[in-house]
Amino acid sequence: MEPIETFYEVMRKQGITRRSFIKYCSLTASALGLGPAFVPKIAHAMETKPRTPVIWVNGLECTCCSESFIRGAHPLAKDVVLSMISLDYSHTLMAAAGHHAEAALEETIRKYKGNYILAVEGNPPLNEDGMFCIVGGKPFVEQLRHAAKDAKAIISWGACASYGCVQAAKPNPTQATPVHKVITDKPIIKVPGCPPIAEVMTGVITYMLTFDRLPELDRQGRPAMFYGQRIHDKCYRRPHFDAGQFVEAWDDENARKGYCLYKMGCKGPTTYNACSTVRWNEGLSFPIQAGHGCIGCSEDGFWDQGSFYDRVTDLTQFGAESNADQVGMAAAGVVGAGVAVHAAVSALKAAQKKSQSRPSAESRAREDA
Amino acid sequence: MRDDLTAPSPHGLHDLSPHEAAQASVQTSVYVYEAPVRIWHWINAAAIMILCLTGYFIGSPPPSMQIGEAAHQFVMGYIRFAHFAAGLVLTVGFLGRIYWAIFGNHHARQLFYVPIWRADWWREVVFEIRWYLFLAREPKKYVGHNPLAQLAMFFFITLGVSFMIVTGLALYSEGLGHGSILYAMFGWVFDLAGGNSHVVHTVHHLGMWWIVIFMIVHIYVAIREDIMSRQSIVSTMISGHRTFKDDRPD
Repeated sequence: MEPIETFYEVMRKQGITRRSFIKYCSLTASALGLGPAFVPKIAHAMETKPRTPVIWVNGLECTCCSESFIRGAHPLAKDVVLSMISLDYSHTLMAAAGHHAEAALEETIRKYKGNYILAVEGNPPLNEDGMFCIVGGKPFVEQLRHAAKDAKAIISWGACASYGCVQAAKPNPTQATPVHKVITDKPIIKVPGCPPIAEVMTGVITYMLTFDRLPELDRQGRPAMFYGQRIHDKCYRRPHFDAGQFVEAWDDENARKGYCLYKMGCKGPTTYNACSTVRWNEGLSFPIQAGHGCIGCSEDGFWDQGSFYDRVTDLTQFGAESNADQVGMAAAGVVGAGVAVHAAVSALKAAQKKSQSRPSAESRAREDA
Repeated sequence: MRDDLTAPSPHGLHDLSPHEAAQASVQTSVYVYEAPVRIWHWINAAAIMILCLTGYFIGSPPPSMQIGEAAHQFVMGYIRFAHFAAGLVLTVGFLGRIYWAIFGNHHARQLFYVPIWRADWWREVVFEIRWYLFLAREPKKYVGHNPLAQLAMFFFITLGVSFMIVTGLALYSEGLGHGSILYAMFGWVFDLAGGNSHVVHTVHHLGMWWIVIFMIVHIYVAIREDIMSRQSIVSTMISGHRTFKDDRPD
């Protein structure tokens, strides 16, 4: 194996000064929530470690993950791509195309067997032998299995790779399947979202390079540092929720005042992501700040959870469009009506019984006397 | 006649008319529901009322109020606090009820099992259904719950409340955070629901209606049977004593 340049060497080659490099290390440390003691550790790692080869494959997807990724600001995606990782194969970002591109993929797999990270954007459709997604003349699922076989770890970018997203929404005609259900023998880190936040993507890669291991994952395999809290927990509109001040209609006074979007169907209370803390586009804003509720794009099966604009959403299981309250009230109504009828019949029966038994009671009373 | 009224009857009943004397039962009462069961019943009932009301408002909050600035107003906060407090009271009460099922009398155990292996039990379930369908002329007398009531209690209260406690604590643990002990205990609920906590919210909401349906039927049947059956029902959950209106066999 020919020696790969370290991160530091590559950065210096690009004219980055030592001072900027150390600055970058401290920024990265704080972005990852690490103390100042970790700055020299990160610097040391970047000075001595060879760049990690990354293969970035695309299945059924919309490229919003790539679009988000190249907008990463801390660290800059440019730095990640050009300095930190060795992005050896990526449809969207690489210059090569066609046979050259496929050759680069094969070469990377061969040269860095067991040492490269496989980043998956999108997912493989399994129906019809995977014919709904063809890459380089073959079903994508074959490329995925091939590339995953010798990977050190797999990153599932976005809701597609993590959970299936829109192409896996009911009835899922192509049988689009998330990566962890196809590749079961490799460590997989899910970075869901549609797309994931740029800084979350670059942050996850930086962590993996720096510490040479997966970050701490939650129960669902998402990095806990970015997906440990709900949008609702850190939402700047939370005080309005607790106060009971809600936007009641999109164009009302409360919407202008920036009240809580809970009644407009905001999924912030059930969505784990860093939007309300990291925000988007270099911390500029995020959906709720822009006046629209969270749609829960980083949660499993978010397309199948009913309307984005209802809080108590429709139960698709019942066929007809009705929510838990409508189903419950209908059931309670039927039971209530049944009880009323039953009570009426009971009263009639009791009256009937009394009138039938009265003569005998009177005769009994006569006998007693 | 007047003298008869003032003299105590053989049963020790005062102001008993001869006509009533024919109806008076020899067996006056059986102590069925011990104090812990009765206290649990009423605490549980109160907690369920609070939980249904506040839970409905958590799903569909009341109209926005402008009492003061958000910092000085805590309407939704109080509704949620009441819900969580009542939920924890319900949970502790239910655990206490399980304790009493083990150490209390045998009637206290009725809520926690259904003797589906007993043919005569099923026959009595069918009889009770016939009674409620007006096909049986007279109900049987039971010291504890009748088999149909036992079946309903088991599915609506024992299973229903357990389901609400488990899903409720899981949802509550989300507020405490992924690092909390409660999340470590109940995080599996989200795995079962497919990972999205919105699903857990929905089934918890449906569970409320399950309990509401029980409440409607339970209160109706308790009052109806108090009037129409051959035994006391409502007062038994207050005094603990089951009284019977006659001494006749089935």
